[in-house]
Amino acid sequence: MEWETVIGLEIHAQLNTKSKIFSAAATQYGAQANSQACAVDLGLPGVLPVLNKEVVSKAIKFGLAVDAHINQRNVFDRKNYFYPDLPKGYQISQLDWPIVGEGEIEITLGDKTKVIGVTRAHLEEDAGKSIHDLYDDFTAVDLNRAGTPLLEIVSEPDMRSAKEAVAYAKKIHALVQYLEICDGNMQEGSFRCDANVSIRPMGQEKLGTRAELKNINSFKFLERAINLEVERQQDILEEGGEVVQETRLYDAVKHETRSMRSKEEANDYRYFPDPDLLPVEISDELMAQIKQELPELPQEKKARFIKEFGLSEYDADVLTSQKPMADYFEKMIVNNADHAKLCANWIMGELSASLNKHQLELVDAPITADDLSLLVSRIGDDTISGKIAKDVFKAMWDGEGSADEIIEAKGLKQMTDTSAIEAIVDEIIANNAPQVEQFKSGNEKILGFFVGQAMKVSQGKANPKLLNELLRKKLS
Amino acid sequence: MSLSEEQVGQIAYLARLSLSSDELQSNTKDLNSILSLAEQLAQIDTDNITPMAHPLHMTQRLRKDKVTEEDQSESFQEIAPQTGKRHYLVPTVIE
Repeated sequence: MEWETVIGLEIHAQLNTKSKIFSAAATQYGAQANSQACAVDLGLPGVLPVLNKEVVSKAIKFGLAVDAHINQRNVFDRKNYFYPDLPKGYQISQLDWPIVGEGEIEITLGDKTKVIGVTRAHLEEDAGKSIHDLYDDFTAVDLNRAGTPLLEIVSEPDMRSAKEAVAYAKKIHALVQYLEICDGNMQEGSFRCDANVSIRPMGQEKLGTRAELKNINSFKFLERAINLEVERQQDILEEGGEVVQETRLYDAVKHETRSMRSKEEANDYRYFPDPDLLPVEISDELMAQIKQELPELPQEKKARFIKEFGLSEYDADVLTSQKPMADYFEKMIVNNADHAKLCANWIMGELSASLNKHQLELVDAPITADDLSLLVSRIGDDTISGKIAKDVFKAMWDGEGSADEIIEAKGLKQMTDTSAIEAIVDEIIANNAPQVEQFKSGNEKILGFFVGQAMKVSQGKANPKLLNELLRKKLS
Repeated sequence: MSLSEEQVGQIAYLARLSLSSDELQSNTKDLNSILSLAEQLAQIDTDNITPMAHPLHMTQRLRKDKVTEEDQSESFQEIAPQTGKRHYLVPTVIE
């Protein structure tokens, strides 16, 4: 039987505020255990949560960026469950009146685009961390993370493959970084994805029973976990079994998902409005102010790159897919406005390849945008050829200095002196009589042989355009 | 609408309350009379009424995003039943 996969994602984006959502304790990652957990975060008696204004502003920014309706009146609820890293016995969240209502976002897969619905986005507090492997007989609890603001972004079940789910997650990931509301660090858990996965016979309208996959901390694992789950459900259904609605934990080391049975019976959260918090009213003034402060969004930037720099749709899409990359390009272009395509090629080519090879993020690249910009300028003004530039790039990556320093030190300057190139051409023609004959009898391809020889003699420094011209002139 | 003893037992379990059978019986009775009081609302047309989220007609005050709390973990940990290496310790939770 042919099956159709249906995926919806719940993304938790940690909002990058200085203090927590309901308390004035710090949110810094990696601090000494429990040093950032105050009385409010610990749920001590007599404390009162007070909402952080920045958290509200950042949630509105996200809502505006996905064309969502902003609920200017929204309400916090208590979600009740017991777990040691949740000291109050409830998590403050939003159920019926979330801050961000229905919106949408467009994803690109190859040359196809698709609109994915955003059901809602609501504010909530994070729980603390339970550490199970520190003691044999105890679970250790660090409550520094308790009360960190989260924006939970819930999608419609609009995705039909693991690839689409990854494209959507990446798009949201890029968006929250563009908006500067979340640092997007997946290793540190600032951006987490849960996937609701089900399958149904192709053509059937009714959704199948879904499993919720948790503990996914990279896009690679997201794709793997979904594919694994789809296979598991197919096996069950094809053997006549039934999929159970449950939460499953993805184990990246064993590459398997396993059931988290302990959470099943606790699924009745008995939400009710939190009496400690009053309904939130967002003023029209605040809405207007945030709208004005909204930065240029990926789609707008892409359109501008195409219009302003004449980039192709594809190049503009890749460059704007991540804010750091778009920023890098814009820095490079300042002194290279005439060589936009060349800048794009170098970022998407050599630079990206080297980053991949060394498993580095762009922000950690040893070559800054200004450095690379200078290198591109030297190609642009014919100081070096594109081929030599690759060697210069390598030396720059290894910290041997700036493009100019390396070109100077290694004597890589392109030969643009006609007489010098002419001398080389004469020598080669004199030494390769048989090939000269072949060329004269109409074998155009042999020209490549002469170019190769000349480059060898000039150590790659002969200006290719000049060289070609001279060769043709002398050979005919 | 009324609750059965079984349902009340389930609610008690979710709240981690242990009820004797006498307590279960009396709690079920009390809860059901509260529910029947609230049931009067069902006779009113509430279509155009915004559900009340809070009895006070006020809205939430917002706080500036500023860290003003200092680390008081030492005094907090003094009243914890068990601690170690700055962590709060609880009986092993098996996931």
